[in-house]
Amino acid sequence: MNDTIAAIATPPGRGGVGIVRVSGPNTKNICLGITGNLPTPRFANYTVFKNSNHTQIDQGLCIFFVGPKSFTGEDVLELHAHGGPVILDMLLRRVLELGARIARAGEFSERAFLNNKMDLLQVEAVAELINASSEQAAMAATRSLQGDFSKLINSLVESLIRLRLYVEAAIDFPEEEINFLADAHITDSLHALHSQVINIYAQAQQGVLLSEGVNAVIVGRPNAGKSTLLNALTGEDTAIVTPIAGTTRDTIRAQINLDGVLVNIVDTAGLRETDDIVEQHGIARAVQAMALADLVLLVVDATNEKVTNPWVLYPDLKHQIKNHTKVVLIYNKIDQLGVDPYIECHENYITVAISAHLKVGIDVLRDQIKKIVGVTQSADNGLFLARRRHLDALNRARNSLEIGKQQLEYNAAGELLAEELKQAQQALSEITGQFTSDDLLGRIFSEFCIGK
Amino acid sequence: MNYKDFFDVIVIGGGHAGTEAALAASRMGAKTLLLTHNIETIGQMSCNPAIGGIGKGHLVKEIDAMGGIMAQAIDVAGIHFRILNSSKGPAVRATRAQADRALYKKAIREAVENQPNLVLFQQAVDDLIVEDNRVCGVVTNHGINFRASTVVLTAGTFLDGKIHVGDKNMSGGRAGDPPSIPLAHRLRALPFRVGRLKTGTPPRIDGKSIDYSVLTAQPGDTPVPVFSFLGHASQHPEQINCYIAKTNEKTHDIIRSQLSRSAMYGGMIEGIGPRYCPSIEDKVVRFADKLSHQIFIEPEGLGVHEVYPNGISNSLPFDVQLDFVRSMHGLENAHITRPGYAIEYDFFDPRDLHATLETKIIEGLFFAGQINGTTGYEEAAAQGLIAGMNAALKAAGKPGWYPKRSEAYIGVLIDDLITNGTLEPYRMFTSRAEYRLTLREDNADLRLTSIANDLGMVSKQRWDAFVTKRDAIAVELERMKKTIIHPGTPAAELLAQQTGEILEREYSAADLLKRPAINYAHLFDVVDPAVAEQVDIQAKYAGYIIRQTEEIARSERSDEVKIPADFDYKSISGLSNEVVAKLTKTKPETIGQASRISGVTPAAISLLLVFLKKARSHAE
Repeated sequence: MNDTIAAIATPPGRGGVGIVRVSGPNTKNICLGITGNLPTPRFANYTVFKNSNHTQIDQGLCIFFVGPKSFTGEDVLELHAHGGPVILDMLLRRVLELGARIARAGEFSERAFLNNKMDLLQVEAVAELINASSEQAAMAATRSLQGDFSKLINSLVESLIRLRLYVEAAIDFPEEEINFLADAHITDSLHALHSQVINIYAQAQQGVLLSEGVNAVIVGRPNAGKSTLLNALTGEDTAIVTPIAGTTRDTIRAQINLDGVLVNIVDTAGLRETDDIVEQHGIARAVQAMALADLVLLVVDATNEKVTNPWVLYPDLKHQIKNHTKVVLIYNKIDQLGVDPYIECHENYITVAISAHLKVGIDVLRDQIKKIVGVTQSADNGLFLARRRHLDALNRARNSLEIGKQQLEYNAAGELLAEELKQAQQALSEITGQFTSDDLLGRIFSEFCIGK
Repeated sequence: MNYKDFFDVIVIGGGHAGTEAALAASRMGAKTLLLTHNIETIGQMSCNPAIGGIGKGHLVKEIDAMGGIMAQAIDVAGIHFRILNSSKGPAVRATRAQADRALYKKAIREAVENQPNLVLFQQAVDDLIVEDNRVCGVVTNHGINFRASTVVLTAGTFLDGKIHVGDKNMSGGRAGDPPSIPLAHRLRALPFRVGRLKTGTPPRIDGKSIDYSVLTAQPGDTPVPVFSFLGHASQHPEQINCYIAKTNEKTHDIIRSQLSRSAMYGGMIEGIGPRYCPSIEDKVVRFADKLSHQIFIEPEGLGVHEVYPNGISNSLPFDVQLDFVRSMHGLENAHITRPGYAIEYDFFDPRDLHATLETKIIEGLFFAGQINGTTGYEEAAAQGLIAGMNAALKAAGKPGWYPKRSEAYIGVLIDDLITNGTLEPYRMFTSRAEYRLTLREDNADLRLTSIANDLGMVSKQRWDAFVTKRDAIAVELERMKKTIIHPGTPAAELLAQQTGEILEREYSAADLLKRPAINYAHLFDVVDPAVAEQVDIQAKYAGYIIRQTEEIARSERSDEVKIPADFDYKSISGLSNEVVAKLTKTKPETIGQASRISGVTPAAISLLLVFLKKARSHAE
């Protein structure tokens, strides 16, 4: 237990302050690295948090606790920064860079318990916490690994295993007929693998910005005002707008920040029922976006639709969304009916009447989204950490592959390449699950006719 | 009758595990008895006449570093030495030697006969004397009771051994030797978990009937490598070649057409064979697209013509063996001197063992070698050494000792076995060692000799030689740090000439040695090659060694947290049934071991730690 762990201690998006907590023997160095000095223990110090290149990440409070007089009984550092996933993520990344690892589920409490900081009677509570949070972490990991990312990771790991097969077989079975290490094939695969991991890392990093927070999707018939609504929602001065072309190419994604809660909005604008293959493809993506959404904003043109119950309007809707997805029916263009904005809360949907064009009722809608998101958010605890964990693992794998490449190319050191590949696999196994030396041997024996 | 002398240690079996066990125990001063059904077969190589190889060479060097016999025996019996992986880095280089069987056996026999504190007795053992779950001695098939504090069982493939040649099978411990059936039945009656494994040997061939002129000769290395840290090439007998023959399509056709007559493919065998040492039937079936396989023709000795064709172990009937052997180029007129066969035998689930190789079920009883599910002389000898040593320690009332995974391949071997058991005969590979860069052949003595000396296993001669080398390395490492080479000096110019490395500023010799192109010999005159080698390797691997040392320090902490043997895993709320079952099957002795059981998650380890603390506080 002599390594240093770190995690974001506050739930994402709640309130204006977020805390990154660090515990373990390396805590002092991390504090020095990030703030430039070691504050008086147990006093809140206002300070600047700095990146490795001395640029500022944020300003905030730094509190240092000397073990055993701390939550975990070890040296503990708390960095209080402005809430908001992007800043906290940068802060956590910096802490990892300085030698911490991301804490496992419940690990702070575990350490506190093991270091006599908690009553023995609390053993069941601690166990419960470890269990519950590791279940949650597992769920979050699964969610983070959904879709393309999972496919990419799996193919990356498979390429890595294939390369290791050759390298390890060359080492353990030199009397077989081929010296794999001298083979150009090894160098080629290593290069391919390296670009693969760089590519995935870049995509995943973008994915963190894209998919953090709550996923909302805007749907509706053509000309219902979906794009106008998106502009109205994102066009406010108070919102941070980050329009990025998403991995799902035919939909537009935007991110709004509602008082620190990130909402990713997928706009399916421009879709119509059509025979055009490209657009059908787009509709399929819209359906996919709905299936992943936490919140569906269904836009209806008030000038030609009287019904304001989404379940009546679209009976198929319940098959297209998740069980707990909230549905808001946006009754748009009320200015043309001469009606004032209003809100109706029903058991399984909400109707908000607005005019996106005149930006009438948008505040009401934003408040409503905030309320809904505040509830959904708690279910998303850990998703953020899961992504950071995945990114961190990818980053370590990338570093190992880079060094491994040098070991092979400049030093012709096959055994050191093997070591780096093993490290890379260990890092990736935090995403995909254990791969033991026995698994590797099994693959070698099924792949090559080995043995005298 | 009761034999009138009482022993500290009784070793049953005179194979590679048994002899190392008996020698280790008696070296430590324990009064030791080696019981074997046949004194003539002590030190016999039942399978291929070779010692070492990748992973296995590492084990032999470790055995040697701890005072064992194997390396010294092969140094006087080896007729063909090679360093495998010599083109790769030092961590994965391994020594391998072909043995003259007769010379090897003679060397072991001499060591055993000349060992103080060790006596031999020839008689099969039929029973163990067990009182209150503690072993007190053994009973031979003639009814003699030998009493002792501890017993080391190294029965190899003899426990209920069954030999298969095609559809014929017979009981046997090895071709020409009887099996141990009464002892096997007796052990099966005890609450050990027992399984069945299989291994095979190829037919032996009369070298006079082989046309060597069409085979590829494979000479040994020059200069000739040496196994023991105390050995010298001048001890080696005459060196001769190995040869490589090849199977062809016709060979494969013959085997394919007669598969149903193979004991393995005909369903006559239930035991599981090793994946890495496939029989020729397996090779032909599972790798059908491979048109030819290499067969290594290994000499059995200097004075004999018989050879061991490594690569065609099988359980086919004799007529098929003869046909397919003669289908190979150069072997058209081959005469088979002994048919190949497969052998099935009992093994005990090694999860019933402590890391000292003492059984968890019967106190004072130790298991070593093939009965623990391993294969190979080296794996057997390594376990023998540890079991014999711990039996002696136990008899003397001292705490046991075993190497950790970070200290030795022997530690990896034992930990793998007792933690995850085995489904096939277990063989060592370097990829099993997570600290492969630290566990090298070249530093086996630096890793282990000092510990072995403290345990009383090392001769004065070995200790003195070791201290001289160790101190010389320390002096040289210090000199490397202090020697600074400046650009423009004659030393720098010589270096540039030899290696093409230009110094842009002054460097210490220690830093220069980290460069791949620069070796000790480029900077200094080599006085002792072993010392220069250590200085070079430690410089080249420096970064990795530091990283592994840190990893080792972390993992050792969890190996220090002990789990009581009677710990009830079901009492931990939140552990899945699967994890509870796995933990219960292995009954790990430490948190570290628990974490290495496949399928035990980090969250499960967290829960285990939390509940262990609770249990400990209650106990206090």
